[in-house]
Amino acid sequence: MLTLADVHTHYAKSHILHGIALEVRPGEVVGLLGRNGVGKSTTLKSIMGLVQPSQGRITFEGRDITGLASHRVAHLGIAYVPEDRRIFRLLTVMENLRTGLDRGGVTEARRTELLDKVYESFPVLGERRSQLGGTLSGGEQQMLAIARAMMLEPKIILLDEPTEGLMPRMVSQIRDIIGRLHDDGVAILLVEQNVGLTLSVSSRCYIMEKGLMRHHAPSADLKADPSVIHQYLGV
Amino acid sequence: MFEQILVQTVNGLVNGMVLALVASGLTLIFGIMDVVNFAHGDLVMLGGFVGAATVAQTGSFWLGLLVAALTIAVFGALLQISTLRPLIGRDPLTTIIATFGISLVLQKYALWQFGPTARNIPQPITGQFTLFYLQYPWYRLGAAVLAGAIIGGLYLFLKYGKYGIWIRATTQDRIMAGAMGIPVPLVHTGVFAIGAAMAAASGVLFAPLAAVTQTMGFDFTLRAFIVVVVGGMGNLGGSILAAIFISLLEAYASLVVSPSQAAIVSFVVLILTLLFRPTGLFVATPK
Amino acid sequence: MTPITSRTAPGFWLGFVGIVAVLAIVPLGLPEFWRRFLTEILIWGLLAMSSDILIGYTGMVSFGHSAFFGLGLYGAAAALLVMRSPNLWVALLVGLGAAAVVAIFVAYFATRLRDIYFAITTLVFSQIFYVIIFTWTDVTGGENGLSFSQPPFTVPGVFSARFSTVSLHWFILAVVAISYLLLRRITQSPFGMVLQSIRENEPRTRAIGYHVERYKIVAVMLSGLFAGLSGVLYAIQHRFAAPDFVFFTVSGEVVIFNVMGGMGTLVGPVVGAAFFLLLREGLSRFWTEYYLIPLGIAFTAMVIFMPQGMLGFWKRRLNQ
Repeated sequence: MLTLADVHTHYAKSHILHGIALEVRPGEVVGLLGRNGVGKSTTLKSIMGLVQPSQGRITFEGRDITGLASHRVAHLGIAYVPEDRRIFRLLTVMENLRTGLDRGGVTEARRTELLDKVYESFPVLGERRSQLGGTLSGGEQQMLAIARAMMLEPKIILLDEPTEGLMPRMVSQIRDIIGRLHDDGVAILLVEQNVGLTLSVSSRCYIMEKGLMRHHAPSADLKADPSVIHQYLGV
Repeated sequence: MFEQILVQTVNGLVNGMVLALVASGLTLIFGIMDVVNFAHGDLVMLGGFVGAATVAQTGSFWLGLLVAALTIAVFGALLQISTLRPLIGRDPLTTIIATFGISLVLQKYALWQFGPTARNIPQPITGQFTLFYLQYPWYRLGAAVLAGAIIGGLYLFLKYGKYGIWIRATTQDRIMAGAMGIPVPLVHTGVFAIGAAMAAASGVLFAPLAAVTQTMGFDFTLRAFIVVVVGGMGNLGGSILAAIFISLLEAYASLVVSPSQAAIVSFVVLILTLLFRPTGLFVATPK
Repeated sequence: MTPITSRTAPGFWLGFVGIVAVLAIVPLGLPEFWRRFLTEILIWGLLAMSSDILIGYTGMVSFGHSAFFGLGLYGAAAALLVMRSPNLWVALLVGLGAAAVVAIFVAYFATRLRDIYFAITTLVFSQIFYVIIFTWTDVTGGENGLSFSQPPFTVPGVFSARFSTVSLHWFILAVVAISYLLLRRITQSPFGMVLQSIRENEPRTRAIGYHVERYKIVAVMLSGLFAGLSGVLYAIQHRFAAPDFVFFTVSGEVVIFNVMGGMGTLVGPVVGAAFFLLLREGLSRFWTEYYLIPLGIAFTAMVIFMPQGMLGFWKRRLNQ
């Protein structure tokens, strides 16, 4: 469904991605692991159109989306949850959700359905729906960032380090949410530092090092043989 | 003496509201796309001329207001698409220089299109009431109320409604707004058009008070800049307060010095604000 | 923008002397109007160069050069009006002094404000002078301006002669040429390199250890002094001062010279000034004021598509 082939991306003069290739099939949860700074976030941003690749191709459902503007990428069915969340701090929880909900072609019934579903998965958001996003705690903001992406009813969600800075209790909540999304048939490309979480929720993982894709294996294999993880991540 | 001060208070409030209308468009534009629109005052001027021409043709002030706002809105949108979109990502100084170039063109275009004579719009609300020792025109109050209504409408539009959310989201974080499917380039054009429409409306509101001339743009731009900076760039509420504050100060100053000298008041306020409270006088906490 | 590397010494000097020679000789063959016009181009060229120090080299856009120019103008005017026997050098000193005082204020702003805020402040600041000069009719003559006489060229104690159009032209040419050489020297010195580094990346320059504020102050003083000098020269040539010269239009035109000619090249702005003034003179015969419409469009287009200006454009062409 989503393919990257030989993608190179630069930030100003730095060559961050040196020919990345990866694939996500419909409904899959795929992990993207690697040390800090190897280009995992840049990979997600390249898909989302937030940075323009200088070379290579990104295809989604057969269509070339390389360098496409981010709002078009979102309309095609790719949602993005950035690291550091980036919810709209001066908008209320409800308004944050509406940025994804207020699309063309969504009936009133469907809107209510989506909202109910989100408030059910994240009751905290329901309680705080009239509060400004900036007043939420870190964990709540993470919930909101994911809920907001879900409002787009995407086919795939790009999740960038969702558990960063969260307490263990919230981490297991994230795990549950990923599970629910997977049950709903939404594919997930998960960038994470938390290796244990990634291996347990994903079916396979890519490992990056210095802007290159170094290894690719089913998560089960990586769980069974920790030496590979150890080699690339040192954990 | 006391009565003079009261009269000037009313004057300050009235002028402040019209200035606030001009400035709110400017601050909206700056807040969302980092563009300091040097040609903003010329949009006021063009609005005044279009309005005057329409009123001369049709006799209706309201039609003049509407036509001016719509025409200049469309014009503003075209301007943004052709000259400001290519400049996205470049530093704000480039846009100020580019909009300065546009300002020159607009001034001379107005001269060419509307001729060198000043235009006037007859007051839609005639008659005066007694304000202390003066006969005060009803229209002045009417203009202030109308300006306030337009700003109020803008506020409501921004606060509720889908497009208001789009605009506020894009102003806060244009990257994530795009990632949420909000068509950011369109929002930018839309906001510029709204700002232009508000400028045009203030031109029409202002016209019955004084004549519309090709060169009046610069003065409006300058005062709007000052208001926007003193109120806090991008801060709508702040600009309104700042507009009233500065207009009041100028009105009081004109009791002591000539009106052209009273203008120095706003200049000094700007410089003091920038030196001591650069994020704006009417911003809650200095960042 | 890459800094100008010094052209090889003989090549540069040859070109420089050649151009100065041409500029000195040409007026002899021109009608009176064009002689004076050429002199005026030189004066505006000097103003444009002074502005380039701030805009082109240090990256600080100023919309207030009309203040420096205007105070140089009025300062010289005051001196020439007050003195019983008007003296060229005294007028020069007073004009430069007035410009320097203004420059001190602007230098202070430069240390506290960045980018747009600095630009707007310089605009507002120069408008303050405009209002003062316009309304303080008793002292400045207000709207009507001041008329005064042209001082003779004097070498103190030795020699005194009235200027003719041509000899005045030579005097101004000499002043502008020397100013150019001085400014060129400064911009190519380590000091000039630091200025450009500030333009490229101010935080980094600060991090390396340079006192950015001090450099900015000197840049502003330099810019202000040479701008004031151009004001003095204008006073001497035209014997007339008016508030119009302190109005924003002058500052705006200076920015146009800089952008069109090519920022950060010193020569570019002079070319920009010449180009603009000639175009204005030529086009206004057909289109009166409307020449600004095509010019304004061209200018805006240049800002968008050719930000390096005419000179920068040619440099790239030649380099390829």
